[in-house]
Amino acid sequence: MILAVASGKGGTGKTTVSVNLARTIGHGVQLLDCDVEEPNAHLFLGGRETGSEIVTIPIPEVDESLCIACGECGRFCRYHAIVTFGSTPLVFSELCHGCGGCAMVCPREAIRETGRRIGVVETRETDGITLIQGRLDIGVAMAPPLIRAVKARLKKETAAILDAPPGTSCPVIAAVRGADFVLLVTEPTPFGLHDLRLAVDMIRELSIPFGVVVNRMGVGDDRVHRFCREQEIPVLLEIPDDRRIAEAYSRGEPIVDALPEYASHFATLLWNIREFRNAGGR
Amino acid sequence: MKVAFTASGNTLDATMDPRFGRAAGFIVYDTDNDTFEVIDNQQIRNSAQGAGIQAAETIVRLGANCLVTGHCGPNAFRALTAAGVRVYTTQAATVADALEAFRAGALSVMNSADVAGHWS
Amino acid sequence: MPEAKIQELVIISGKGGTGKTSIAASFAVLAGFPVIADCDVDAADMHLILAPSVRERHEFRCGNEAVIRAADCIRCGKCLEVCRFDAVIAGGEGESYAIDPVACEGCGVCVRFCPEQAVDFPESLCGEWMVSETRCGPMVHARLGIAAENSGKLVSTVRREARRLAEEKGHGLVLVDGPPGIGCPVIASMTGASQALVVTEPTVSGEHDLERVLKLARHFDIPAAVCVNKWDLNPDMTERIEALASSSGARIAGRIRYDRTVTLAQIQEKAVVEIDAPSAGDIRLVWETLGLK
Repeated sequence: MILAVASGKGGTGKTTVSVNLARTIGHGVQLLDCDVEEPNAHLFLGGRETGSEIVTIPIPEVDESLCIACGECGRFCRYHAIVTFGSTPLVFSELCHGCGGCAMVCPREAIRETGRRIGVVETRETDGITLIQGRLDIGVAMAPPLIRAVKARLKKETAAILDAPPGTSCPVIAAVRGADFVLLVTEPTPFGLHDLRLAVDMIRELSIPFGVVVNRMGVGDDRVHRFCREQEIPVLLEIPDDRRIAEAYSRGEPIVDALPEYASHFATLLWNIREFRNAGGR
Repeated sequence: MKVAFTASGNTLDATMDPRFGRAAGFIVYDTDNDTFEVIDNQQIRNSAQGAGIQAAETIVRLGANCLVTGHCGPNAFRALTAAGVRVYTTQAATVADALEAFRAGALSVMNSADVAGHWS
Repeated sequence: MPEAKIQELVIISGKGGTGKTSIAASFAVLAGFPVIADCDVDAADMHLILAPSVRERHEFRCGNEAVIRAADCIRCGKCLEVCRFDAVIAGGEGESYAIDPVACEGCGVCVRFCPEQAVDFPESLCGEWMVSETRCGPMVHARLGIAAENSGKLVSTVRREARRLAEEKGHGLVLVDGPPGIGCPVIASMTGASQALVVTEPTVSGEHDLERVLKLARHFDIPAAVCVNKWDLNPDMTERIEALASSSGARIAGRIRYDRTVTLAQIQEKAVVEIDAPSAGDIRLVWETLGLK
């Protein structure tokens, strides 16, 4: 089963929930860090690196000896990533989406594709947890191709937890698509509720069953709980606003290690998810 | 020869627009017969990405050999260079002033982009 | 050439949830009537504090999307074969193929290569952007449609309109509330800005993400300042982060203490500096250190 952890607002505790759930499941679980712009899960897990692979996306390369400067490639491209000026097309690789269209429309088959590096996928092992994370190169604009590369390394037979990036736009969609269940992490504040609504709309658009985790209980008011009740969304876990949790997080220590009394919270969360799904919850 | 100026208006008294890709418009001046045409750049200004590239396409299509502007981003600069268009920079207030400076050979050529692109 | 010398301060964070928007809202109050640009178009929150009165709404179109005309589909599978983005859903027995609008990137390949010309390619409506008035100054903000692509485009639009407004109405400062991360929306919010303020927190995540976002600022030649929010949660980490910032060429703009009243301000729809909060003085000091008007 693939469990994705997402949120509308950043900083609500996605990585906290993902990492602590992985620690609770323990052996034989995969943790996919799809927040490729700022991957953090590894900071809490340590372990040893077991692999690192460069990920590229295909961008066009024009064979000048075959090119007749007809301009067909530039006319096709929706992103202004290939344009003919003078005798051969110029490629603006940071605008290219890698659709392959220019190569396909070229009447002389003068365009082939080469790889442009966008980042790396790294794997680590800690105490039976396999961490697969993507790390986007600085200055690369598009995250989804790297996120897809991280997910491609997922072993379907093994339980997987997926730490998504914050927000509701294309990188989050790329991360969450195909998950069996989504946990939306929020906080009981005006910003938390506002962004939760956006996240709920997004997940409903994707038709994936989901539930909510409310972190930092007590810091605000009950507006998030009222919203969840109105919308019939299950609140599957509440984490109190415990300063010791914030301090453990700041040191890079999973809560279940620093404060063992919280281990039952995450075990209960797993149980709640299973129960909700078994009851046919959507 | 044809010289393109980035302009916010449609006469030679128009203010020079310091930007290229997202300039309000262009005035392409033909020095051989002292005529000019005015092109509005609204559509390209509104486009999400590749404004500099599209603007370069526009002036190249009109036969410009030179461009006189305030600043030029990296994609536009690359496109213009490939098309053989020389890029000059000016602080002149109006198109007329810039044209005079150009004719007097008083303008500096840009050898590279001088601003970051407005990436999107 | 009369170039307005408009300053543009972008507030970013690398890691999400460090308090960027709360601090930006306070700056909006402290600055002398700036133009405010909420560029966190994916999860815009500034309006919850500034209560904008919308004056203009504009549709935002960001490209095209492929739509298969079911009646003309002959189920040859060509679209499935050429699509690089897993956006084609193969129909069951006797059913037409369909395009998943969430996955479609609007490249047009299936449109071009469908043997029956059965794929339409309408413009997609991806969201809207608004120009509003607030008690602190005019505000340009946006709402990105759910699952919309490339929020960098909408960010650029918001910034452009904010700058234009500043030029037209004579404001000396554009204050940009930036998005989290280091990808296209952040790049679009930063390029050409006068200064970037990175709001971070004293945690291992904060440190890790700060390093990446400072690299991004250097990559685009934007002078950067750093401020550690909730600094007293981990004073040792705060010092480490400030050392990291300095060695990266960023200046230290100050420290803001952990303060639960920040949420109270949020609930009251006020900026922190508008209420009696312990951290209000810290925020004022950071603003003064930045040296803008």
